[in-house]
Amino acid sequence: MTLPTKNKEGNHPNVKVRSGILLGSPYLLWMVIFIVVPLAMIFYYGLIDKNGAFTLDNLTAILSAEHAKALWLAILLAVAATMICLILAYPLAFILSRTKMSKQGFIVLLFILPMWMNFLLRTLAWQTLLEKTGVINNILAWLRLPALNIINTPYAIVFGMVYNFLPFMILPIYNSLIKIDINVVNAARDLGANAFDVFKKIIFPLSIPGMISGITMVFIPALTTFVISKLLGGSKILLIGNVIEEEFTQAGNWHLGSGLSIVLMLFIIVNMVISAVFDKEGEGSFL
Amino acid sequence: MKKLSSLNSKIKKKSLGLVLAAMTSAVLAVGCGGSSPDAGEVVVYNWGEYMDPDSIALFEEETGIKVIYDEFETNEIMYPKIESGASSYDVVCPSDYMIQKMIENDLLQELDFEQLPNAKANIGTQYWEQSKEFDPEGKYAVPYCWGTVGILYNKTMVDGPVDSWSILWDEKYADSILMQDSVRDAFMVSLKLNGFSVNSMNEDELQLAKESLIAQKPLVQAYVIDQVRDKMIGNEAALGVIYSGEAIYTQRENPDLEYVIPKEGTNVWIDSWVITKDAQNVENALKFIDFMCRPDIALKNFEYITYSTPNDAARELIEDEDIRNSPIAFPDLDAYQGLETFSYLGDEGDELYNTLWKEIKSQ
Repeated sequence: MTLPTKNKEGNHPNVKVRSGILLGSPYLLWMVIFIVVPLAMIFYYGLIDKNGAFTLDNLTAILSAEHAKALWLAILLAVAATMICLILAYPLAFILSRTKMSKQGFIVLLFILPMWMNFLLRTLAWQTLLEKTGVINNILAWLRLPALNIINTPYAIVFGMVYNFLPFMILPIYNSLIKIDINVVNAARDLGANAFDVFKKIIFPLSIPGMISGITMVFIPALTTFVISKLLGGSKILLIGNVIEEEFTQAGNWHLGSGLSIVLMLFIIVNMVISAVFDKEGEGSFL
Repeated sequence: MKKLSSLNSKIKKKSLGLVLAAMTSAVLAVGCGGSSPDAGEVVVYNWGEYMDPDSIALFEEETGIKVIYDEFETNEIMYPKIESGASSYDVVCPSDYMIQKMIENDLLQELDFEQLPNAKANIGTQYWEQSKEFDPEGKYAVPYCWGTVGILYNKTMVDGPVDSWSILWDEKYADSILMQDSVRDAFMVSLKLNGFSVNSMNEDELQLAKESLIAQKPLVQAYVIDQVRDKMIGNEAALGVIYSGEAIYTQRENPDLEYVIPKEGTNVWIDSWVITKDAQNVENALKFIDFMCRPDIALKNFEYITYSTPNDAARELIEDEDIRNSPIAFPDLDAYQGLETFSYLGDEGDELYNTLWKEIKSQ
């Protein structure tokens, strides 16, 4: 989509542009088929009714009691999961960024390794682990400890979200932390700042872009998930993702499903705009 | 304006369909690279884990026809795929009410029974009779499996005999009850409990059924479909609503389990083979259906999936007498009251049930 605008090498600009289009065309085609066309289809289905007439009913359906509750619950659980991820990930990323280079690669690998396994399988595994008669409760019983009864509750869903999306929080924060020039930190120390001041005035503000992108990368999949709530919530807790999924698979009402998807997209866009604004401020205050 | 937009939408729908069709056929073309060109292929769409894979291999071996096999989890997931016409399935295996819906919406074609000698000879008369509830003239469907829906319970966790749906509302078993996560099956339980028809379209009756299900929700451990089986085997729950076909399998794995048809009655269902209107390989589709009606093949499938077979000749071949005369697999339906088969309730009915179901789920 984006054409190269820089021509530092001094080649003829047209040649550059043309080769840019040529090189970009596979991705352009990919985007059109797998992003633009599906989006257009969602808007098409979302804005018409069964008879093909234009309507906004599918969008305003979000205001009905069940849908509003499902959306509210999804936001609540997604915010909780995002906060927990942030609290867990920041110290970890910080420690990681201070570890010797040779160890760093290994520890990062430990976080990425589970992601090589299928997301669905891992969630299914947690279902088996958390069950009343599951592995964890058997171990707890053996240790004479009280049983853990969180399966099929909102807690299990938040747990599943944190487990699945934690790496998406750690990696961006880690990336922003290792990019901080050590000379800036040294300069601050030379000028008399103590460790806390260095963290408060330099490291934390410089890591805000990483945190923001981490928050976005956790919040959005958590908000839209339907698999985690289905598997770990026993289908008892209806999130907006479940409502949309069931409209497509069970109820066969693609129009309502698409309409609700559009509403959800609006929420995601708002989230992204907010993070873009914050991001700018975070960077701007330090330039 | 409205006319224009609807015309426009038709064109768009078609072109969308074409894109999807092109994609699917590309996938299918890759899938059948190795088949012999003469015998052709047949595209089958069946329930998950609903056939012995050996039967397919045998069919391919004997006929040289390549089988492209795909699976679905619920009737509702299957329907839009057939309706959109984007997928080129030849043979499908829906349930009763869904077959009725497909007939009404002109998605199926009449079968040439001359080419189905095994079906005519082996499927019991009572099943053809029962099929008339959704296929009144007996032109479209060949029964494949049938059964009831009942309660599977763990004898070590439940005291006293279980004979009524009301036990699923007993607070003693809070957090130990598994319900079906599909609209019609969940409502069936509640409608029967309240003494109504499983095909009720009466608003008051449905409201009552809804309220019962809402009252039950705090006691329910989870709403699941195929997982009832594994959870019951693993002693995770005391009571579960399950298809009779799964009961024999679960009992083999966990002898503490018992299956019962509640006294208020239940749903008796039949899943049948049908051929889609737009099928590309009608000849092969008929051969496939007839092959599945051969006694040895029907027996093979029965032993693998343990769902009751309507194939009388195959039942005769079952060696284990306990299974051949099992009251779970082959119940004497005359001994029960209130047995009903689902019928299609129209778009209006679908919508009503789905709305009420959503109200229950969002509680």
